[in-house]
Amino acid sequence: MIRSLYITSKDLRTELRTKHVINSMLVFSLTVMVIFSLSLNNVLSESSVIDRVASGLLWIAFIFSGTLGITRTFASETENGCLEGLRLCPVESAAIYTGKAISCMCMMLVMEIMTLPIFVVLFNYSIPSIPLMATVILLGTAGFSVVGTLLSALTVNARTREILLPVILLPLLLPVLIPAVLATAKILAGKGFFDVATELRLMVVYNIIFFTLAHLLFDHTMEE
Amino acid sequence: MENKKLKILPVVTTALVLLSMYMTFFYLPIMRSGSGDVLDSSFRIFYFHMPIAITAYIAFFIVFAASIMHLRSHDVKWDIYARSAAEIGVIFALLVLITGSIWARATWGWYWIWEPRLTTSLALFLVYVTYLLLRQSIEEPESKARLAAVFGIVGFVSVPLSFFSIRMWRSAHPLMFGEAIYGSSGGGLEGPTLQLTLLMNFVSFFVLFITLLIYRSNMEKLKEEVRAIRAAHR
Amino acid sequence: MGSIISVRGVTKRFAGHAALDNIDLNIEKGEFVLLLGPNGAGKTTLLKILETLMRPSSGSVEIGGLELSKAAVKIRKTIGVISHESYLYNDLTVEENLRFFGKMHGLSGNELTTRVEMLLEQMHLEHRYMDRVSTLSRGMQQRLSIARSLIHGPEIILMDEPYTGLDLQSASDLEKMLLENRGKATVLMATHEIYRTFNMCDRIIILCSGKITFDILQQDIGSVDKLKDLYTKIYEGMYDT
Repeated sequence: MIRSLYITSKDLRTELRTKHVINSMLVFSLTVMVIFSLSLNNVLSESSVIDRVASGLLWIAFIFSGTLGITRTFASETENGCLEGLRLCPVESAAIYTGKAISCMCMMLVMEIMTLPIFVVLFNYSIPSIPLMATVILLGTAGFSVVGTLLSALTVNARTREILLPVILLPLLLPVLIPAVLATAKILAGKGFFDVATELRLMVVYNIIFFTLAHLLFDHTMEE
Repeated sequence: MENKKLKILPVVTTALVLLSMYMTFFYLPIMRSGSGDVLDSSFRIFYFHMPIAITAYIAFFIVFAASIMHLRSHDVKWDIYARSAAEIGVIFALLVLITGSIWARATWGWYWIWEPRLTTSLALFLVYVTYLLLRQSIEEPESKARLAAVFGIVGFVSVPLSFFSIRMWRSAHPLMFGEAIYGSSGGGLEGPTLQLTLLMNFVSFFVLFITLLIYRSNMEKLKEEVRAIRAAHR
Repeated sequence: MGSIISVRGVTKRFAGHAALDNIDLNIEKGEFVLLLGPNGAGKTTLLKILETLMRPSSGSVEIGGLELSKAAVKIRKTIGVISHESYLYNDLTVEENLRFFGKMHGLSGNELTTRVEMLLEQMHLEHRYMDRVSTLSRGMQQRLSIARSLIHGPEIILMDEPYTGLDLQSASDLEKMLLENRGKATVLMATHEIYRTFNMCDRIIILCSGKITFDILQQDIGSVDKLKDLYTKIYEGMYDT
């Protein structure tokens, strides 16, 4: 476990230094937000319309810019053959998976924390319950990273990985994306914990199932 | 011997499909609504729709099981079953979506409604279309088989989860159609004629699936042999 | 007496084509073995299997008495790999790279610091330890890569074309390292540089089309020119058939 964190800290340190991934994720999600805001310009004042679409828009921005990051998760390891170097270390390959999933999640969370205030400003929202919102975003992001990291490893050697990964990722994300969008909408509407309990439970179940599955299967994505 | 069996199979399948089509169109009595009016014949598509849907689910279960077996044994045989079942399953899933839309249009006036079962079928279809896409994008045959197997397992597990989340989502929206949409067709399935027709359709579509699976996997086996011969002469 | 590396009936197929065809091979502890052969003979495949990176299609491998298919993680602790790729992170510094791989091998604290300092000194990189890998020359990167592979003090060193990109200074550093480890570590090196390596090695194995066509002790060949002749004959033979 501790060695997974070494991988995470190595990734984050590299990212902190170069900021390649986080910058593009950030700029992308902000651009998406601005475009949404512009295109909904006419109805921005009608809260009934905005209430219906806002949480969907927020998650579209998260998922799309998250996809930018997730493609890099393993692609960054292909430089100098580093992935082989990692696999030569005496750790189960599941540890590599865990480390990568955590670093991917951290980068996404940073992007999300920076995007939220923009969302609040552009769509004229206030977030009634910040802890609850944080829980939903955390669970949704965890789900994204858990599945995304596995698929990122799956596609790392495909010639068309940049276009392939988003396409194969989205259908599998559906079960976590729907409750995340629903719960976000409810929270923005000022509902409490008990109103979103079902959604949260489904997201937790999703995370547990796919994390376990990825642990069992990850070794098969690495071998040659 | 083996060959003879293989030649009989399509004949049997054709006969079964023709029989079940005959039953669907001519053997079934005319449906009447509660007030005694004759309903239009669009309900008959249900006798294709449901058996095809179940067969599609079976096909994807085969992909799942064969993927597990492939990862355990690394035997190319299991990969052949997985890819053949996935291809046929995708066609069946597409047919589910088409027949479902036609039926929906005739019954409710809309080609598509975001109803949990329909939407789950769509999610299922997308997962396995991307499965085929993934296969297409990886060159090296061994890694193609291995990586596709991983996706085949993950994809199958995502389907029930999709169903639950879609159901939750539906119930969160105002119902565009009341529960009554299930009432008219769901209630009419009593009586031996209808059940027999449904069963017959199910059997014939299942046999059709098996025939296609056997032919497809035999073809894939031949492809593998050709590849091996080519490799040996390189 | 069990060999430290023992390969039994290993075959590896790619798309039906056998890159390794039923290989049997034993390497004794402390031996320095050269692995020669034309491109595409299966040298890299064999090394990758021994490095636990690739699963053989059939056959079994034992390293240090451990079955490779069952104890890959334990085996990785005992092997160091030098390849033509450096396995280094461009955006980390020289020291960070070594520390990262050291930690991944379970080193920590003073032990790790001492190993890192010692290896940097051995590879003449101590003055560059704060620099990012991307700013190093190819030769320096390869030297750092050698240091990386030795960070955990491996008993077995597996090398795939280690001379690629090395300048004269780096090449002699590599050779110095190998001579220091002579007899202590078991070495298997795939290379084309027979003139540089002939005097260091104990044994020579020539792979051709996935088969071991030649396996002989260095002293039985006598001189590098005889090896060269032999090698040329095998090479020509490949085109005759």
